[in-house]
Parts: sequence; C-alpha cells; structure tokens
Amino acid sequence: MRTLVIAEQDRGRLAPATLNVLGAAGELGGPCDLLVVGHDCAAAVESARVLPGVEHVLVADAPVYADRLAENLAELVVAVAPGYSHLLAAASTSGKDLMPRVAALLGVNQVSEVIAVESPARFRRPIYAGNAVATVESDDPVKVLTVRQTAFAAVAPTGGTAEVVELGQRIEAVATRLVGEQLAESERPELTSARVVVSGGRGLGSREGFELVYRLADRLDAAVGASRAAVDAGFVANDLQVGQTGKVVAPELYIALGVSGAIQHLAGMKDSKVVVAINKDPDAPIFEVADYGLVADLFEAVPELTEAL
Amino acid sequence: MKILVPIKRVIDYNVRVRVKSDHSDVDLANVKMAINPFCEIAVEAAVRLREDGKADEVVAVSVGPKAVQEQLRTALAMGADRAIWIETAEDADLGPLGIAQLLAALVREEQPGLVLLGKQSIDGDNNQVGQMLAGLLGYPQGTFVSGLEVVDEGIEVVREVDGGLQTLALRLPAVITTDLRLNTPRFIRAPDIMKSRRKPIAHTGAEQLGVSPAAGPRLLAVHPPEPRAGGIRVDSVGELVERLRQAQVI
Repeated sequence: MRTLVIAEQDRGRLAPATLNVLGAAGELGGPCDLLVVGHDCAAAVESARVLPGVEHVLVADAPVYADRLAENLAELVVAVAPGYSHLLAAASTSGKDLMPRVAALLGVNQVSEVIAVESPARFRRPIYAGNAVATVESDDPVKVLTVRQTAFAAVAPTGGTAEVVELGQRIEAVATRLVGEQLAESERPELTSARVVVSGGRGLGSREGFELVYRLADRLDAAVGASRAAVDAGFVANDLQVGQTGKVVAPELYIALGVSGAIQHLAGMKDSKVVVAINKDPDAPIFEVADYGLVADLFEAVPELTEAL
Repeated sequence: MKILVPIKRVIDYNVRVRVKSDHSDVDLANVKMAINPFCEIAVEAAVRLREDGKADEVVAVSVGPKAVQEQLRTALAMGADRAIWIETAEDADLGPLGIAQLLAALVREEQPGLVLLGKQSIDGDNNQVGQMLAGLLGYPQGTFVSGLEVVDEGIEVVREVDGGLQTLALRLPAVITTDLRLNTPRFIRAPDIMKSRRKPIAHTGAEQLGVSPAAGPRLLAVHPPEPRAGGIRVDSVGELVERLRQAQVI
C-alpha cells in the first residue's frame, strides 16, 4: 500500500488544502508521496519537501504544465500511478477536473468528496446536497479519491525530510489551449481555509449593500462568502459562492447576513463550528442551523455589530 | 455539427430527502422526480447553439430504467430533435464510470461534434461523468462552463474555477460540462409538449452497444448527517457579541 497525493497549487505556491489532503492520506496508513506538477514551482517544491509524512516529492516542472490542463496532468498521473494503491487530490475545481479523468484512464471508479476514511477501501461521503451521508466500499485495485479538505486536519507545515525526484515525462495535449484567466484579487483570507467567514445573501439588496459584509469581514479578519442569490444578482463574483455547487467551508465562525438558508447553501457551511444568522425573516431556514440567531434589519444590526467588535 | 446531451432523472431539487429507516439508501418511493438542473442547462445550451445555426441536430440521451423516458420527453419539449434511451435494469448498480462507458460507446456510434453534460447530478453529487467520458474518448474537456462560443474548428469555453474564471480553447470533438450560470433554461409551453410526443425515442442497451459497464463503488449504508444542536435566538446585537465572546470565537 502506497499513496500518491497530487499537490494543490495556487499560482506556483503550495495551497493549504494540500496539508489537509495529506491529513487524509495519513489516515490510510502506509507511506505517502507527493506530486508537484506545474511550471516555475520551486516555491511549492520547497514547501513540499519539509512536509511530515511525505517520503518522496515527485516534481514535474516544465512549460507544458504551466496551465495545469487536465488532459496533460491526467496522463502524467497515469504514467506515475503504477505502484500506488491510492491517488488523492483535494476536492477543489482542479481536483474535480482531474481525478475522474485519471480514474477513467485507469479503468476504475473515483470516490468524490470523501469526508471520512473508515478503512483503506471504505469511505464516507455526502450525497443529496449533504442531506445524507453514504458509506461506500471500493474493490478497485487503485482507489482514486477527492478529499473534502474541511473534513480533515492539516498536517504540520514543517518537520519532514522528503527526497525530491524529478520526473522526465513531458506530456502535452494538442487539443486544448489556455486563452486567458480572470482571477479575483483579494487581500482577505482564502474562503475555504479562513477561520471566520462572513457571508451575504439576497437580503443585502445591492452591490453597495454588500459593503456591510466587507466592513464586518475586515473587522474580524474574515473571508467573504455569498449565497447563490447574491452571486446571481451580481452583488459579488461567482468564486465567493458557498454551497453545493460552490465552495464548502467549515470555519470556526460563520456569520450569515441576509441569507435565507436554502438546502443548497446549507450543504456548503453546516459543518461550521459556530453559525450566526442575522435576518429579518424569523422563519428563514438558516435559523434552524444557527447557534445564535438575531431577527433584525441588517442595515441597522450589522453596522452596530461591526462597531461593537 | 451534432450535439449529444446526456441527461439524468433525479429527485426534484426542492424535495428534502429522507434516509430509509434500515439505512440501506434514501427513500425515493413516491418522491417527485425531475430532470437534473445542470442537465437542463446543458439541453438549453445545445438548443441555443442549434437556433444560432452552430449545430444541426441535438440528441438527448439518458441511461436508466423505463422511467427516464419522461425526462427525455422534457428534453424533446425543450427542443432536442430526437432522443436515445440506454436501458438498464431497475436495480442496476452503475456508477459514473459505468455510465461513462455506455455513453462512450454511443458517442463512437453517433459521432457528435460536441457532448454537453451537466457538471454534476444533485443526487450522487459525484461530478465525474463528463471528465470520465472525455478520458475514455481521448477528447479535450471543458468543465464547470459558464460561457461558450463556437469558433472556427473549435469551441471557447469560460470555466468557473477556484479564484475566478478561466478561458480555454478546445478542438472539436470535445466534452463540456455546464455550470449554473451558463444560462436560464426556457419555460416549456403546452404546444411544445404536444410536439415532443411525435419526436422519436430510440432504444438501446449495454448489449447492443457492446459494453459491460463497471459497477460503482458498493453502497454499504446511508445515514442522515449529524444534526446540529439547537441554537438560541438573541434579542440584541449586544447579547450576540457577549455570546460570541463566551464561545471564544471572537
């Protein structure tokens, strides 16, 4: 038994999610290697090399991997897969894009969004927007998994001494080309790893109304999230959406402002440690999951709260 | 260009599911079923491409027992030209890989220029079939797509990724999976339903397609999620702040 974790990257740096995936890998038992693939990823390799529990850091650093296209990455992972019993990646957009393609090329199933490891072949995962939890078992010779990062503790960022192994393969897809990227710039903590998340919904009324969320978030050094309604209404960019079809978060404190609490939204935040809801509708479903609920007008209560902190 | 649109019959997204008391699965008896919302977006996108003259034919396909014909009729009423039902047994234990294997065999027969699917079904929440299909066929993939444009011999897609948006150019044939913001599916009018009844639904199965689809991972048990402990209502911002201080989260 041997596990390969595909590192999550954010612009050439190792993303924090990698540490949570290694946490999940640790629960499988058995030795673990980490694959870092991309271009100019020296910083990521430097961080990867000292992660505890990692024996080898496999590095594929070449211009052909700069855009991290699933077509290239999948073939690379399949090329290094022999000898591994488990292939793991974060259930991020890149992990979800890549791993099913890898599994299909290997002719095996893939298990998505694992939230618990019961044995090396048995896993738990949410289904039906988190309204049920399935326990599944796989007989496949290789288990291909994506891991819900918020469900596993991160390993320490230092303390290991892995051996770095350069990979020679250069795989280039000819049918796919990156045209451009529009990445949202933010000074705030990253949504999926933040300790505090302040989230806004349709109740904010407008893009200007969302300023209330930003001000409270800045006071708490929190990340900003949003419901689908707020994204669709154009108040904020789509990458802030929390829910079944957006990001899944589990911070220490989740503050929902003007969010009604549709089941699709709850699927993305109900594992938060403490949930606060402020909403003027006393019957909003968000109050069913809130530890502390305040029925009030946002435009009075939120500035007062920001002031009081 | 021909567009193939695989769709899935799932529980209606407004229904709150219940887990069976023996924990064998969720209870789907007498529950309202519908076309998966992401699949509906895929059908809409395909029909719009045909209306814009970028495609000649839209073929809807669904894998499952007899009841999936209902959702194929919905796709036909939305504007798909014809439909294909890949029949499987009522108790078939297919996972995304098995479904992708069946669809790959159909793609080899039908030779569409584009396969458009939803990014995930709201029952299994797997988010796998499109990527698996692309892998099996060796096609390029554009996942989580919120914008698309047919250009020359290819297609440009805008993808919703962590951190923002990404634009890819894919050479056809390709596989695309749709995100929520790609479009708003049209409302189906009564005359469209009448017209859809005259459109053909062809029938096939694993044997005719020459595939023995893989079984999915074994489902051992289904449980309700851990319930959250009941919360309290506070009367003022002051009380809220005090409670949060006590809970040591601020």
